Amino acid sequence: MSSDADAAGDAAAGPNRETKAERIRELLATEGDAVAENTRGFNAGRYESTGRLDDYEALKERAREIKEDAIERLPDLIDEVRETVEANGGTVYLADDAADANRYIREVAAEREAGRAIKSKSMTSEEIEVNAALEGDGVEVVETDLGEWVLQLADEEPSHIVAPAIHKSREGISELFAERFDLDDPPETAEALTMFARERLGDLIEDADLGMTGANFIAADSGTMLLVTSEGNARKTVTATDTHVAVAGVEKLVPTVEEFAPFVELIGRSGTGQDVTSYISTLTPPVASPVPDFEADDEPLADGSGDDREFHLVLIDNGRLAMRDDETLKETLYCIRCSACSNACGNFQSVGGHAFGGETYSGGIATGWEAGIEGLDTAAEFNDLCTGCSRCVPACPVGIDIPWINTAVRDRINRGEADPSQLDWAFEELVPDEEPGGLDLSTRLVGNYATLAEWGHRTAPVANRLANFGPARALAERVVGIDSRRELPEFARVSLVEWFDDRGGSAVDPDEADREAVVYPDTATNYVDVDRGKATVRALEALGVHVRVPDLPGSGRPPLSQGMVATAESAAEDVYAGLAPHLDAGRDVVVIEPSDLATFRREYERFLPADSHERLADASYDAMEYVFGLLEAGGDPAALRAPAEGTGPVASGARLAYHPHCQARTVEVGEYATATFERLGYDVRVSDTECCGMAGSFGYKSDYYELSMDVGEPLREQFGDTERTVVAPGTSCTEQLDALLESTPMHPIEVIAPRE
Amino acid sequence: MATADTSTFRGRLDDFGVTVSEGPPAACASLIDDAAGDPAVGVPLGESGPDALEGSAASLPERVATDPTTADLRAAHTGVTAASLGIASYGSVAVEADARGTEPVSLFVDRHVVVLREADLVPDVPDAFAWLGPRARDESTDVVFATGPSATADMGGLVHGAHGPKEVHVVLLRDGDGDSDAPGPADGDGDAPGSTDGTGVDG
Ligand code: SF4
Repeated sequence: MSSDADAAGDAAAGPNRETKAERIRELLATEGDAVAENTRGFNAGRYESTGRLDDYEALKERAREIKEDAIERLPDLIDEVRETVEANGGTVYLADDAADANRYIREVAAEREAGRAIKSKSMTSEEIEVNAALEGDGVEVVETDLGEWVLQLADEEPSHIVAPAIHKSREGISELFAERFDLDDPPETAEALTMFARERLGDLIEDADLGMTGANFIAADSGTMLLVTSEGNARKTVTATDTHVAVAGVEKLVPTVEEFAPFVELIGRSGTGQDVTSYISTLTPPVASPVPDFEADDEPLADGSGDDREFHLVLIDNGRLAMRDDETLKETLYCIRCSACSNACGNFQSVGGHAFGGETYSGGIATGWEAGIEGLDTAAEFNDLCTGCSRCVPACPVGIDIPWINTAVRDRINRGEADPSQLDWAFEELVPDEEPGGLDLSTRLVGNYATLAEWGHRTAPVANRLANFGPARALAERVVGIDSRRELPEFARVSLVEWFDDRGGSAVDPDEADREAVVYPDTATNYVDVDRGKATVRALEALGVHVRVPDLPGSGRPPLSQGMVATAESAAEDVYAGLAPHLDAGRDVVVIEPSDLATFRREYERFLPADSHERLADASYDAMEYVFGLLEAGGDPAALRAPAEGTGPVASGARLAYHPHCQARTVEVGEYATATFERLGYDVRVSDTECCGMAGSFGYKSDYYELSMDVGEPLREQFGDTERTVVAPGTSCTEQLDALLESTPMHPIEVIAPRE
Repeated sequence: MATADTSTFRGRLDDFGVTVSEGPPAACASLIDDAAGDPAVGVPLGESGPDALEGSAASLPERVATDPTTADLRAAHTGVTAASLGIASYGSVAVEADARGTEPVSLFVDRHVVVLREADLVPDVPDAFAWLGPRARDESTDVVFATGPSATADMGGLVHGAHGPKEVHVVLLRDGDGDSDAPGPADGDGDAPGSTDGTGVDG
């Protein structure tokens, strides 16, 4: 499947979009429920388990430092581990690519005359497809991890990097066993299925000749490898065979054994929410255990056979050393494959790794892995599914900016696939971006939303009528992929900036003001939802703030979401230029749209000089964060609107249902609304859904409409029947909640701002 | 070792469904006898655990076969070994994969009975790796930190005993004070912690 990029503006759009949408629809129906239940369970477990750590943030920082240092010194660590492993009596082979690794492993198998290899779970071995290589030589390969074994029997691919068979139900496994083993009365309970597998695999393990494992970490100072497992199959794989082949990416190296410690504490908690998994094997192979001889089994177990063990460490490059030299992809090498980013991801929870994944890896970080290992084409197949909601960022134990990797790779895809002949010149005025001509129209249209919105506002009556006019919607769907089931935003005839000018500026005299603030007129507030802008002005003024609403450019969030990095970067420069005089004058910057605040704080770090970024990030506040701060500093809560006594939009009283914006949570401002509401006497229920599913423009795209609605399903479950007033600060969340709940939510500031 | 560590350790074992009994070294054999099923195989404590257990009063009961054949191992219900170290904050025990077969004896059985000296408890994970580091570098030691029984959630629900032992029992040996309370089992039957998943995390 190709990306959207070749789908714009021609008849090819139809079938291509269909295919992608159909595939997603099918997965939602067949695997979605099992994946959702499991990943949401893991995700909730992560919060609980990491919450039990006193020093979670410090551990994450330490883990990050170790990875940065290790990747920096990688060539030296490779040399060092070669020496230590050889001194222990093992061998190290550094394989350039999959074929090279497989050739070596096949040679080892041939030399040891192996008839059967047993394996414990290893994503790296999936990456090189060693099973097929060995089977081609007549070596039987048996996966001993129960999940992997199920997939091997079913001839399916993993749908999750840690729990590979997450998409299979208990009933499905029972049917599979019945069919594969010709059982009239197959095991049905989890217990019975597990015991069936234990016995079958136990027999296969006894006769095996070669044991293959991965490695989660390898210490260069001793040649010690660490394996994180729960079933005990990796222990058996190593113990029961006299030849151990460990396959690991070069990035698994860390300098010392002592540096394993933070990872041991973080990996299980981050992944499946287990404080620690049953077994942490720290082996310095060849291991010393005797090899049980299951054939001549009347010999003593401890017969000295441990001395005859062989160990081969196969370190895989396969693009990794080149990733190390690539500023964007390098961070991927810090990944410890814990799966937190998959489990925290709304889209992943709905479709799993069969849609949100490439050749081997899945979830948000897969874009980095697949781009580095397989190439851009593979990454392009699923990279759209990262919406940039950023909920994976605080979950990642090594602090990888996963959304950024997705953005930067999307930028490369855009540039790589651009076809200059594709651009319709008539469109040029609406898409004044910095991108190459020929970029997919839907991408450019969304990326240039700020210009589009301004145009829509200028021509509001016509634009609004046209926008929702049947044939125009059909055209929009066919040409630019905007789903006709979505309502399009209705542009305001008077923008926020115009309204503010018309009223004659701030109602609070600067001489009497406690503070001065700029209300940032983000694109959505300025041209579409002007009311929340007005409410912000009123709320701030009620607390004695002299407000300004200058005309400022869009933040660059929409182009960023489309991977249009250069356009976003120039937006950042323009916004900073527009705000700099205000910062010089000591004014605060108040931001209504959470995604824009997140852009200032997170992504602008990449676009602006460090001092400028820091200045802007420090001076800018989420609207509710700002109100909270004013109240803390002695502002009078009575100036704001307390729970209504039976009038106005909060007529149902003091009860609110609040969905914080995904990115607001990542920059840790989501809680200020809750705190402020509570302070004013509201009763708030906060959603625990990571992302509403709309994620900016994502849910508007026809390919993803169903997926987007499915991602929002937990919100419908939580808030669907509520009598509470629904509150959400994000524009796109508002659209989504409107579609899900059939009632339009308010921005938190509209709840507490005094009435006009 | 500090009492705080011991109570943390016991609390964690309880979380993971691991039963514990406690007593002085002299009571070791009888504590094992109470905990082990039949037939039982084992590795002499001084050989599978720290040197300090060698020549101590702690021993295995007669019925535990200490030089088993592979057939004995296959037939065994219980495997008895010592642990070199315990991590209080996680309820983990360090089982060494040594030439005496501590690893297969603790792995290819339904129940693992593991003997740990209270003196060998360390508070936390960094302490354990500070202990392991020099051993790995100088002696190529192979250690499995085992926490609770073998587990899987791959078959649609949490099940213990996927490949390894279904049950684990820890015999905790108190320091020296041989004359204090009579040994007695202190059962823990807690649920597995955190998530319902037992899947390994692997790269
Ligand atoms: S990117 Fe981070 S969260 Fe995702 S699997 Fe890797 S380490 Fe875990």
